[in-house]
Amino acid sequence: MNGSNETSGTSRRTRILVTAIAAVLLAALATTAVVRARAASGDTGTGAPTAAADPAEFDGRKPAAGPRLRVLSNGLLSTLSLADPTGPRTVTEQRCDRAYTAGGTTACLTPTGALSGPRLLVLDENHRTRRTVPLTGLPNRTRVSADGRMIAWTLFVGGDSYAGGGFSTRTGILDTRTGRLVTSLEEFAVYKQGRRYRAADINVWGVTFAADDNRFYATVSSAGVRSLVEGDFAAGTLRTLADNVECPSLSPDGRRIAFKQAVDADPAKGWRLAVLDLATLRRTELSETRNVDDQAAWLDDRTVAYALQRGDGTNDVWTAAADGTGRPRMLVPGANSPSVLPPA
Amino acid sequence: MYLSTIGRQASSAAGPEGPGRRGRWKAVGGNVLALGTVSLVTDVSAEMVTAVLPLYLVVGLGLSPAAYGLLDGLNTGATALLRIVGGYVADRISRRKAVAAVGYGLSALTKLALPAAGGSATPIALVLAADRAGKGLRTAPRDALITLSAPPHALGRAFGVHRAMDSVGAFAGPLAALAVLALAGQSFDAVFVTSFSVAALGVVILLLFVRDHRAPRPPAGSVSVKAVGGLLRTAPVRRLVGAACLLGFATIGDGFVYLLLQRREDLSVGWFPLLAVGTSLAYLVLAAPLGALADRIGRVPVMLGGYAALVLVYVLLDGPLHGTPLLVAVLGLYGLFYAATEGVLMALAGPVLPERLRTTGIALVQSGQALAYLGSSALFGVAWQLWGSGTAVLVAAAIAVAAALATVLLLGLDKEGTGTSS
Repeated sequence: MNGSNETSGTSRRTRILVTAIAAVLLAALATTAVVRARAASGDTGTGAPTAAADPAEFDGRKPAAGPRLRVLSNGLLSTLSLADPTGPRTVTEQRCDRAYTAGGTTACLTPTGALSGPRLLVLDENHRTRRTVPLTGLPNRTRVSADGRMIAWTLFVGGDSYAGGGFSTRTGILDTRTGRLVTSLEEFAVYKQGRRYRAADINVWGVTFAADDNRFYATVSSAGVRSLVEGDFAAGTLRTLADNVECPSLSPDGRRIAFKQAVDADPAKGWRLAVLDLATLRRTELSETRNVDDQAAWLDDRTVAYALQRGDGTNDVWTAAADGTGRPRMLVPGANSPSVLPPA
Repeated sequence: MYLSTIGRQASSAAGPEGPGRRGRWKAVGGNVLALGTVSLVTDVSAEMVTAVLPLYLVVGLGLSPAAYGLLDGLNTGATALLRIVGGYVADRISRRKAVAAVGYGLSALTKLALPAAGGSATPIALVLAADRAGKGLRTAPRDALITLSAPPHALGRAFGVHRAMDSVGAFAGPLAALAVLALAGQSFDAVFVTSFSVAALGVVILLLFVRDHRAPRPPAGSVSVKAVGGLLRTAPVRRLVGAACLLGFATIGDGFVYLLLQRREDLSVGWFPLLAVGTSLAYLVLAAPLGALADRIGRVPVMLGGYAALVLVYVLLDGPLHGTPLLVAVLGLYGLFYAATEGVLMALAGPVLPERLRTTGIALVQSGQALAYLGSSALFGVAWQLWGSGTAVLVAAAIAVAAALATVLLLGLDKEGTGTSS
C-alpha cells in the first residue's frame, strides 16, 4: 500500500498461516494447564464440600464416654472425647472455616471460594442442613446460644476500609425459631455512656449470647476505641459497658466474660486473654502470655479454650484456668473452633 | 502556526475530505482494525487477570485489603511514569510499533511470572509493576499509530472503533476467567497460563499485521526534552492536558463505583467481575457511534454528554433506585461515560500534536489524566471515611459538574474543540 508498510515483505497468506499455527500451539498450552489443574484439584479431594456426611472412625480405639468436644480439624467438622482429646476423632466431610455447636445446633461458616461466597450452614444433630444463609467476606467468628436457638457470625468484608489501612467486619444474627435475620448489627442503635452514638466507621464483631436468647454481648469499634457492648436483639440496641474488650465469650453461669484485650490498648501489639467480672467490671488476666486472636470458648465455669496459631499456620486448641492461676495446657493438637458437646 | 498544518495523513485508502457516509467509516482503515484486534486479544488476557486478581490476592494469598489498595496505587503511578518514557522513546527513535511490541510482550510474560512469584507480597508487587509498565509502554505508541492511520476528520470514528474492539476484549476477559476457573477446579494458575497464551497471540498479531509509520528519522534535536517542554508551552496542548486532568479528577475509579454498588445492594463477592462486564458491554456498544457523533457534532459536546452521564452515576449511587434497575442504569451510564470521553479525548489530542512528538504528547495527556485520577480516588477514599459514602458521592457529582464547565471554558464548544488561538 505505501512505503512505510514494514510487513509488506511477507505475503498475507504466510502471515495468516503463522498466526494460525501460533494460535493452535498457544491453545494447546492453555488447554494443558486447565486439564492438569482440573486433575490436581480432583486428587486432593478439595472439591465442593458436601453438606452431610457419615461420620468416619479414625482408628480402632473406641471413643471414651462423657462430654465431647467439637472442633475443626484441618477445616473438617470433627468430634472427640473431652476426657481423651488426643484419642480417636470422628471426622465428617463438612468443611468449615469456623464452627460452633450448642444446644444441638451447629453453625458452620463455609470457606470463601474463588467463585462462591461463604455461607452459614445451620446443621442439626444429625448434620442435616436446616438453613443456608449466603454471606459476603472472609469467615471470622461464629457462636450459637446455649439452647441452640440464636446464631451469630462475623466476617471480614474486603475493601470496606480502602483508604483507612484498617479492616471492616460484618456481623449478623439469625433467630432460628422466628426466622428473623439481621444481616448487619451496624443497623442497631449504639449508645455510649447512655447517649446515642452515630458514626460512619462503626464495626461490630464477636457476638456471645445470654441465656434469655435476647440479650447478647459483642465488640463495637469506632474512632479507634473497641468496646464491650450489651445488645438487645428485640429492641435493636447496643450499649457500651467497658473499653478495650474484644471478642467476648459469656461464661456458662452468665456472670463473667472471657475476652481478648489489646496490649496497652494497641491491637498492633497483640492481644492477651482476660476475664471480666460483669458485676464489678474487674479484669483478671489469664496465665496465657502469648498473643491470642480468637474468641474463647468456655469448657465449664472454670476453664476457657482457645486456638493458638503455630508458625506454619496450623492451629492447636489450648486451655487456661479462668481465675488466672496455673499454666496454659494444650488440649487438642491440630484443631480450632472448640465447643463442648453433651455426652453421646 | 505549525499545529494547524500537521493534520493531514494519507495512510488509509480514504479520499480527500468530505466523503460519503460509507466512506467515512472506510476511512478508519485496516491498520486501525489490526490495532483493534491486538487490543481486543490483549484485553481478553489482561481482564482475565484483573477480574480474579483481587480474589487471588485477598482470598488466595490472604493479603489485607489495605495492602491490595497500596499495590493498586503504586501500579497506577508506575503506569503513568512509564507511559511518558515509552512515548518519548517511540518518538525519539521513530519506531512506535517496536516500542508497543515491547510493552505487549512484557505484559504477556508477567502472566507466566505471576504464579511463579509465589505467595509473598514483594515479588507479586514487582510482577504487577512489570505488567503495568508494559501497559504504560504500549498505550501511547498505539494511540499515536491510530492517529497516524486515519485522517483527522475520521479520528473520532477511528478511536471509537478501536475502543469498541478493545472493550469487546474487556467484556470477554472476565467471562473467560470465570469459565477457566470453573473448568480448572478453581485453579488460579490455570487462569494465568491461559491469559499468557491469549496475550502471546496478541503479540503475534501485532508483529504480523500492524503497519508502523516510519517517517524518516526526525532531524537531530527535534525530538528532545527541550522540544517536549516547548510542546507543553503551546496553549492548545496545555489546554488539552488541563482537560485530561479535569477528566481524571472527576472520576473516582471503577473500584469505588463497584464497591458502592456492592455495598448498597449487598452483592456477593462473585458479582464483582460481572460489574465490570456490564460497563464494558455499554462501552463497546456505544464507543463507535459516539466516536462518529463526535466527528459530526464536535468532540467537546460529546465529552460534555459523558460528564452528564458520570454525574448521573454519582447521584444514582446515593439515589432512590434499587435492585436491577439501579445496576442497569449505573453500569449503562458508566459505560456511556467511558464511550463519550476516553477515545474522544484522544481524537481531540491527535490533530493538536505535531507528528514527531505525537506519542510523547499523547502520553502526557494520558498521564495527566491518570495522575489526577490517582489523586481523586485517594481523596474520595478519605471523603468516604470522613463524611460517609452518601455525602462523598454527592461531592464527587458536584466536582464532575465543575470539571465539565471548566472543560468548556478551556476547549470551547467549536467543532475542533481545541480553542481558537493560533
